[in-house]
Amino acid sequence: MLLLYIYKLYIYIYIYIYIYILYYYNINIYIFLQLFYSFFKSLVGKDVVVELKNDLSICGTLHSVDQYLNIKLTDISVTDPEKYPHMLSVKNCFIRGSVVRYVQLPADEVDTQLLQDAARKEAMQQKQ
Amino acid sequence: MNYMPGTASLIEDIDKKHLVLLRDGRTLIGILRSIDQFANLVLHQTVERIHVGKKFGDIPRGIFVVRGENVVLLGEVDLDKECDQILQRVSIEEILEEQRVEQQAKQESEKRKLQAVKERGLSIPKADTLDDF
Repeated sequence: MLLLYIYKLYIYIYIYIYIYILYYYNINIYIFLQLFYSFFKSLVGKDVVVELKNDLSICGTLHSVDQYLNIKLTDISVTDPEKYPHMLSVKNCFIRGSVVRYVQLPADEVDTQLLQDAARKEAMQQKQ
Repeated sequence: MNYMPGTASLIEDIDKKHLVLLRDGRTLIGILRSIDQFANLVLHQTVERIHVGKKFGDIPRGIFVVRGENVVLLGEVDLDKECDQILQRVSIEEILEEQRVEQQAKQESEKRKLQAVKERGLSIPKADTLDDF
């Protein structure tokens, strides 16, 4: 009876540690989300082209971004052939982060060295 | 998503007419009444707009609750710019007919493409995701 109790305790502790480790590793997948959120915040006001997963490309000025990398664009225009006529009367839009494929940025607005250093720093922090 | 300056928020868009693009390709136009952190939306006096070529047709739908994961984009409709110049509004039956014809044509071309690919001994892997777009 006592032995059974000890086994149970052992299993509980084991599971607890296992879940803790899993949780620790899972967090690190999202650590770069904070980095890119900060990165996009620094690009507010710049002109970008957002390509969505449904192949729609929208050109506009980056108004704001949030932690899910949802993007708000102002003064939008559909770049490629306007086979999407329903967007004609829309000037501002909110794009859900999960449907973005690419965000095309002007090359001179991005300090790639800074970005590289920041990413490296994040990766180092996560390792510890 | 809200109450933080400079973050993308839908709070200011409430009670304004919006155009919502859904993942399955549908377009809904309605007054945004409610939001949450997942971009779930409540639309009032919603109209489903079907576009075929230069024509479009509206189907009144009432109140819509849209799950956030199906939203592609949400755009504020500028009431002054609701241009009917380029686009021509037609009746519901007509636009549904046009849509059916378009879908059929698309299916035909897809079938032919698949056939051509098969003949060459290749295969297009089936997209396992739920995305339709």
